Amino acid sequence: MLSRVAETIYWLGRYVERAENTARLLRVNAQLVMDTPRGVSPGWEPLIQIAGLQGSFADCCDEANERNVVRYLIGAGDVPGSILFSLGAARENARTVREILPRSAWESLNELYWYSRDHVQQGVSKKGRDAYLDEVIRGSQQLQGVFASVMYRDDAHRFLRIGRSLERADMTTRIIDVRSTDLFDEEQIETQTLDALQWISVLKSLSGYQAYRRVRETRVRRSEVLAFLLQDPAFPRSVAHCLNGVEESIGGVGNGQRVLRRLRTVIRKTGSLNVAKLSRQDLHQFLDDVQLGVMRVHEEVANTYFLLQYDTSQSQSQVAS
Amino acid sequence: MTIDLNAYQTEGFFDEMLVRPNRARSYSKELAQFLRKLDEGELEARQVAADLAIKEMGVTFTVYSAEQGSMIDRAWPFDIIPRIIPRDEWQRTERGLIQRVKALNMFINDLYNEQQIVRDGVFPEEVLAESKNFREQCVGIKPPMGIWAHICGSDLVRDADGVLYVLEDNLRVPSGVSYMLENRQISKRVVPELFDTYAPLPVDDYPTNLYEMLVSISPRKIKRPTIAVLTPGIYNSAYFEHAYLAQQMGASLVQGSDLFVDKDDLVQMRTINGPQQVDVIYRRIDDEFMDPEVFNPESMLGVPGLMRAWKAGKVGLANAPGAGVADDKVVYAFVPEIIRYYLDEEPLIPNVPTYRCMYPEEREYVLEHIAELVVKPANESGGYGMLIGPRATRAERAEFVKLIKANPRNYIAQPTLQISTVPTVVGKGVEPRHVDLRPFILSGKKTTVTTGGLTRVALRKGSLVVNSSQGGGSKDTWIVES
Repeated sequence: MLSRVAETIYWLGRYVERAENTARLLRVNAQLVMDTPRGVSPGWEPLIQIAGLQGSFADCCDEANERNVVRYLIGAGDVPGSILFSLGAARENARTVREILPRSAWESLNELYWYSRDHVQQGVSKKGRDAYLDEVIRGSQQLQGVFASVMYRDDAHRFLRIGRSLERADMTTRIIDVRSTDLFDEEQIETQTLDALQWISVLKSLSGYQAYRRVRETRVRRSEVLAFLLQDPAFPRSVAHCLNGVEESIGGVGNGQRVLRRLRTVIRKTGSLNVAKLSRQDLHQFLDDVQLGVMRVHEEVANTYFLLQYDTSQSQSQVAS
Repeated sequence: MTIDLNAYQTEGFFDEMLVRPNRARSYSKELAQFLRKLDEGELEARQVAADLAIKEMGVTFTVYSAEQGSMIDRAWPFDIIPRIIPRDEWQRTERGLIQRVKALNMFINDLYNEQQIVRDGVFPEEVLAESKNFREQCVGIKPPMGIWAHICGSDLVRDADGVLYVLEDNLRVPSGVSYMLENRQISKRVVPELFDTYAPLPVDDYPTNLYEMLVSISPRKIKRPTIAVLTPGIYNSAYFEHAYLAQQMGASLVQGSDLFVDKDDLVQMRTINGPQQVDVIYRRIDDEFMDPEVFNPESMLGVPGLMRAWKAGKVGLANAPGAGVADDKVVYAFVPEIIRYYLDEEPLIPNVPTYRCMYPEEREYVLEHIAELVVKPANESGGYGMLIGPRATRAERAEFVKLIKANPRNYIAQPTLQISTVPTVVGKGVEPRHVDLRPFILSGKKTTVTTGGLTRVALRKGSLVVNSSQGGGSKDTWIVES
């Protein structure tokens, strides 16, 4: 497989996942704000920090209120990192590797792209937002369904999965971070019920509530939720599951020792985390570390597979394909 | 009110559906009946459904948008009423196209080698000397089977006399075949009833034929040679087609930067596992940009050393560099003679009569009849420096008479054609619009022609411009048992 194609498919996987997870992020925050008593709600500003968009957001808006943040993250003005931007980038990438993708995958993505553009006004309105985000998530899942059911399992599929899994691991930590970086102190939370309600929102936003209830205890507790979302290898959106997926795919592609070394550092760190004793600050720090680890893995994937240097006059000495 | 074919104008042109208002040709009776029976607004609704399908399928072409200052991706314009051609007529046309392309390939091969046709005085040396697309770098090369133009797209038009003429041959990087294939897919969705009536011959063997042709020019005779489609990238107007054909053939879609030529003159792709040898390249990049070592040194699109690899016989190139020499207005005028010279046969499809001002007799005719003719300079393209006699002023004509006399070799002239019309959806009804037809001919171990081809339609009333970038659309072309 061409290095350029591998890289394009990898980013295709990332962008689609990013769009879906940005939609999830917006939904969980909306839930959270609605569940929180007036006066203690952290509002919408944390989303901008979590998405790492403080700088560019400041250029566009004065105030991080609901309207501005939602518009920004959906991307009324084609903002990098927004849903529209991510889907646009995913579509452009898909276009350049159209010959590799199953036709139905391209059509599914193309439809999702047009939906997200044609209905953006609905998306930024308070009334239509939830349905819009739901549709974006559904469209992305439909596309994943096509990948899962018809795409040939070769390197193209592996790079797609590597991109998707790294992005998902990263975004799962960011979504948990919404909950951990809220600005109010623990004392301000008046009852256990409120705490539980908020963690339920996080679980639901990652489509993990039912599975949690079924396999964990019936009570929703912070430490159990963290163990579930970070360490449970059987939950497809958990960090552990995503990183294991990357490991498996790298193994399938081959030649990935350096990638695997970095990856396994993050996997070990996640597995050995003691979730019960984590302070809010420690949790935030840990999530930051995972995000950094994912970035390092990404760099090594790029070095190993995308940026191969050829001595064009001496190709005989290169590895044969 | 439903569609009234009494109001349909057929005056002055050959209409492909109707002989005169409301009177269908024998092979169009069912189509005409289908249109008459549609409910109010249904035709328009089906057209809307087709447009939506095209948007969702992502069938696009890329054009420059002055408004946005960049290249944008546009939905492919398609008209849902098929253009019907009876099978017996098509079979004759097909034979004529095969004959024509065979002669053209022999001609190109001769020009780059012995130049026998020049020595025999059939093709003038001075025309060759002035050809813009003759590539010195290709002299002495004999590609496999003597074939240079593996993929040819010839534009056919039907004049008022009902005869199909060849208007031009595209021997460099002709495009449009993917739209022909997609148009059929959309037709099946929006006018399924007509398939029951007509059972048009299928078109979808093209990707297989293309693949087999490319395999047949592989220098390595191995079971699965590596085939690559070389594209200038996503901003090229035909990018959709490049990706489409690569996908249909299971070939790699590559850009220049994905390839390099090694010290053994082998072409290699940069893959995640190191270099992989490429056997055949279907290149969709013009000659000038293909190899900066030999042609335009500024080109970022090409592959340095590609010509070297081709000359050494290490890679197959379709079309061969230099094939465009036969894709030229003056050469066109000689095609009937070229066919007679190499094949000793009469051309089966006529050229549009073309007067070459370099010959005194033909020049005399042009000067006398200039008010009826279209005069074209030999070495200009895109319609520049043309005179359309019937629409020109007396002064403009006088100016051209002077130009022709001063430099007769630089001008050709043709009669103004009344190109045929087909019914086309306009709002809730149908109106006649002008069409041409581009079949594609593949030459390798065997020669194959698409079943029909791409019908392009000028969507603006009275317009003869069928190019999609200038308000042209397309139609599905049906070859049917007559």
